[in-house]
Amino acid sequence: MTATTSARNAALAGVLQRQGAAVVLVLGIGLAWISFPRFGSADNLRDLALQSSFLAVIALGMTFVIISGGIDLSVGSNYALGGVLAAYGAQYGLLVAILLPLAVCSLIGLVNGLLIARTGMAPFIVTLASLLFARGLLLALTSEGATTYKVDGGSALLWLGQGTIFGVGVPVYLALILFGFGSVLLRRTRFGQSLFAIGGAEQSSLLMGLPVARTKIAIYTLSGALAGFAGILTAAYLQSGVTVIGVGTELDAISVVVIGGTLLTGGAGTVIGTLVGVLLRTLIQNVINQIGTLDSNYQTVVSGAFLLIVVVIQRLLARSRN
Amino acid sequence: MSSVTLTRNRAWLQEYGVYLAVAVLVLFNVVFTENFLSAANFRTQLVQAAPVCVVALGMALVIGTEGIDLSVGSVMSVAAALIPLYLGAGPLTAVIVAVIAGLVSGLFSGFLVAHLGIQPIIATLALLVGGRGIALVIAHGQLVQLHNPDFLALGTGDVLGVPIMVLVAGVLAVLTGFLVQRTTFGRQLVAIGGNRAASTLAGLPVKRVLVGVYVISGALAAVAGILATARLGASDPNDLGLLMELSAITAVVVGGTPLTGGRVRVLGTVFGALLMQLVNATLIKHDLPASAAQMVQAAIIVAAVYVARERSSR
Repeated sequence: MTATTSARNAALAGVLQRQGAAVVLVLGIGLAWISFPRFGSADNLRDLALQSSFLAVIALGMTFVIISGGIDLSVGSNYALGGVLAAYGAQYGLLVAILLPLAVCSLIGLVNGLLIARTGMAPFIVTLASLLFARGLLLALTSEGATTYKVDGGSALLWLGQGTIFGVGVPVYLALILFGFGSVLLRRTRFGQSLFAIGGAEQSSLLMGLPVARTKIAIYTLSGALAGFAGILTAAYLQSGVTVIGVGTELDAISVVVIGGTLLTGGAGTVIGTLVGVLLRTLIQNVINQIGTLDSNYQTVVSGAFLLIVVVIQRLLARSRN
Repeated sequence: MSSVTLTRNRAWLQEYGVYLAVAVLVLFNVVFTENFLSAANFRTQLVQAAPVCVVALGMALVIGTEGIDLSVGSVMSVAAALIPLYLGAGPLTAVIVAVIAGLVSGLFSGFLVAHLGIQPIIATLALLVGGRGIALVIAHGQLVQLHNPDFLALGTGDVLGVPIMVLVAGVLAVLTGFLVQRTTFGRQLVAIGGNRAASTLAGLPVKRVLVGVYVISGALAAVAGILATARLGASDPNDLGLLMELSAITAVVVGGTPLTGGRVRVLGTVFGALLMQLVNATLIKHDLPASAAQMVQAAIIVAAVYVARERSSR
């Protein structure tokens, strides 16, 4: 009898660990809907979705990286660099505006991956270096941050950030499509299975003959590309390559991935969880804005506290399962 | 044969590379930079390196336990935000309150890491995000000019010709060196970083030492925040300490402390901080923009870790 109870408790703890964020999200939305009359308005919900989409694209790449047992601190800088390159490239046409940032950011990701996979350096320190490098490159391109490239009002690029389909912003659709692809990649392909294996037990994966190095290189390249893509969307949305964005974005991305139930130790995680994490984060910001009287600086305090609470609960749940 | 030599060279480079790099850079500047040898310039370089150096000392201890403390920059900004509130009660009170804030924050991350078993990178990440928010809430997001001459002397004054900031950093470095080399705490710290499971089995007070290390790091970050605020002459919780965690980690790693723990190099860390300051100063004096300095810093981090890697993987 007690054995069944503890087994049931363990199962419950497992579900909570994986779905906890979703439960909190549903409760949060319900509460906000009741408490703030403007929260449920179509405008506000559209805003919520749009605001989430940029971080979501970055966090998708981070999810893969963290599942592989690594971390990518360079995404914030890559994101800003992508935006500046998109705005810079827009003067040469739509194709350049998209391909230039994707190429440069993928290349930075590729170098990250090569250094991590081929030399065995810690992901955290390699990507820390490329955080500095990408930000330095951005400053060099913009005469130390003094130049802001504007996207011409007639550019087709703007549609990517400002356009709407059925009233909902294009970035939202793009983010959802990418998450669909990401989910399939993770769940239904050999690549995804290798990724889980590598994150769970790298040595064993190596002995089993899985392409550990190649998979890791691909993951960091993908993370760089996605951060660059989020930069393109942001540049299109803001009509310019803003140089000061993306500071601390890597931390936001890591937070939402962890909140979504992906374990920082690697080997476990879901793409949908990350989406929930992103929405939860935007929800918190939105609620603080709705309250209005609250100092906007409380946003970061709440974000930090929330991350901690989630991690502590995850930890306690994991303990009670064992 | 050649691979043995190579490994030996790398080991030597990790051991003494930072001193060599500082020496080369100083020599380069003596030859190519105008007015480098002046006493005033010498003072400036040391004073500017002092806050990073103080933070890096705490970071070196944390990294020695195979941990990391990302919260240092935010702790600096909390310290900065508290100072104008308590300066009315005298500079000493303000300094004590700020240091206590650092201690408390370190106690908090230490508790999360040691007792709840949360990964250091995440526990201190939460504090990095939340800490600056707390600082901005305390200060209402405002920059406050400071006018108390006794407090400002911390940043601009000197004792027997040595700037107070340099003196504080030097004393703290000596104390940290003593702590690591000569105390039980230091030995336990290194043992825990080298092999935590074995240390636990050997009956070392693992949790207490871990908490202690984060508390020290928090306190040192607060001291750096106080010094930087005094030098600035203003409390600037928005910008003070931004990216400080990166500079401090760089100084530690460049100084030869491996990220894998089990070893703390205090003098190397001090020279690591000096090296990064000299790199920046050299590039700026030769009219290279800050962006170039950042890219060079990135290359240095990669090179330093690459050299250290061979050794730790053996």
